[in-house]
Amino acid sequence: MAKLSNIIGKRSNWSIPYTVFLILFVALPLILIMAYAFIDESGRFTLANITRFFGDSDALSTFAVSIEIAIENTLICLLLGYPVAWILANNKFNRSGVTIIIFILPMWINALMRTLATADLFNMLGITLGKGTLLFGMVYDYLPFMIYPIYNVLRRMDPSYAEAAQDLGAKPANVFMNVTLPLSMPGITSGIMMVFMPTVSTFAISEFLTNNKIKLFGTIIQENINSSMWNYGAALSFIMLIIIGISTLLTGSGEEEAPAGGGLI
Amino acid sequence: MKKLFARIYLGLILLLLYAPLIFIAVSSFTESKVLGNWTGFSTKLYSNLFSGTMQGAAGSLMNAVYNTLFIALIAALAATLLGTLAAIGIFYSHGRSKNVTMFLNNIPMVNPDVITGVSLFLLFVFLGISQGYVSVILAHITFCTPYVVLNVLPKLHQMSSNTYEAALDLGATPGQALWKVMIPQLLPGMITGFILSFTMSLDDFAVTFFTRGTVGLETLSTYIYTDARKGGLTPELRPLMTIIFIVVFALLVFINIRQERAAKKKALSK
Repeated sequence: MAKLSNIIGKRSNWSIPYTVFLILFVALPLILIMAYAFIDESGRFTLANITRFFGDSDALSTFAVSIEIAIENTLICLLLGYPVAWILANNKFNRSGVTIIIFILPMWINALMRTLATADLFNMLGITLGKGTLLFGMVYDYLPFMIYPIYNVLRRMDPSYAEAAQDLGAKPANVFMNVTLPLSMPGITSGIMMVFMPTVSTFAISEFLTNNKIKLFGTIIQENINSSMWNYGAALSFIMLIIIGISTLLTGSGEEEAPAGGGLI
Repeated sequence: MKKLFARIYLGLILLLLYAPLIFIAVSSFTESKVLGNWTGFSTKLYSNLFSGTMQGAAGSLMNAVYNTLFIALIAALAATLLGTLAAIGIFYSHGRSKNVTMFLNNIPMVNPDVITGVSLFLLFVFLGISQGYVSVILAHITFCTPYVVLNVLPKLHQMSSNTYEAALDLGATPGQALWKVMIPQLLPGMITGFILSFTMSLDDFAVTFFTRGTVGLETLSTYIYTDARKGGLTPELRPLMTIIFIVVFALLVFINIRQERAAKKKALSK
């Protein structure tokens, strides 16, 4: 038994249960997506699931619409959210670290319920549900995810950089463009990551906000899995995974902006 | 002038963010079946909610609430335990095993819910695990634990590395040193991780949807989904959401005031 207590006594070993857990519940499931994507129902290797996507006009157009909506949503969230983060992080306007809660609080309330309420609000105002209401609902759902990481970076930024630029004669607009904005890029990047991919893969929310007129990519995956078309569903998920991989590579790992400070997220 | 402009802007964004929530809260005080129809002030929906007998298209609402709370509690406890141990292990290990664990730890945070849900669905099918409570709880632990790890790790970095060894030198067993020296210093991170896990589990829809199987397990999210698709939300959801909103608000204010205080204390002691 001395051996066992040695193993437990060594603290670097304490992560072993979690590593095993991660391999079983994170790595293996992703491998299974790839495996199911490349086999047919009798378990033989095939590329048919992947090629089927490129001939599936319904899935292709949904995919295109999802990317379009996701880009528009991300841009609107960035344009609306950056000023919020900037104002809240600026000592001149806001000294309390608690104000930010008010802006991210809605994201803790059940997203489906909020979405349904938004749709009903539109109905009450006599606005027809469609692409406009979908975008509005998406912005409403994802804005906090853009505000928070940018706020975090701006808050931690050393104000002496901006002050130095000012002292050296830079105009406020130039200080912002050449100092503040570049320094806040990590926050922008992780904000984009937190808005873009989840928008593409949304399901249920888009149907509720458009009265079933517009589907997003997540819905196509869900429909296939639920009608027992596991292999095609897995192939569609695999395509999503590739896009996630590419966008992660493009934007950098985003790791440095993980909420390491023990903040709200 | 600038300040006024900033205030107005923040006010408009808040209006955007809160309009639907206020809409729900206001209509929780009327009896109308249809959301947005005001038929006079009433607290009947609240008394209905507390009598606990509402039935919707997806079965009993209170059942769904109990399931949601039960799953969130178990998942958050398990995630806190697993994540704290993992953070300690990661902190003291080096090289490849540390990198692999950290890499895998990031995946559930980057993956959209749908992918996490589908991948776990395939896992349970593949392993032949019948889907229900157990699979949903395992799935929730999967997406909660990374946040516990990320909240405990900074506390380990802040901890003076000598205290644990000092406790051992003074004759404490590793268990005592862990319980009496290390855990108290990690506790703030563990509490934040626990609360985060709990709220994320409460709010989850997609992962639960794919891993709950066909045994009729309903959480609040799947209940709302089924209810909305079969037409007509159970009106008692309005008071329920209003109450949840107030509780979550209180929790978040509590966490943050605690953190601000800790930060101020630290600043003072420097």
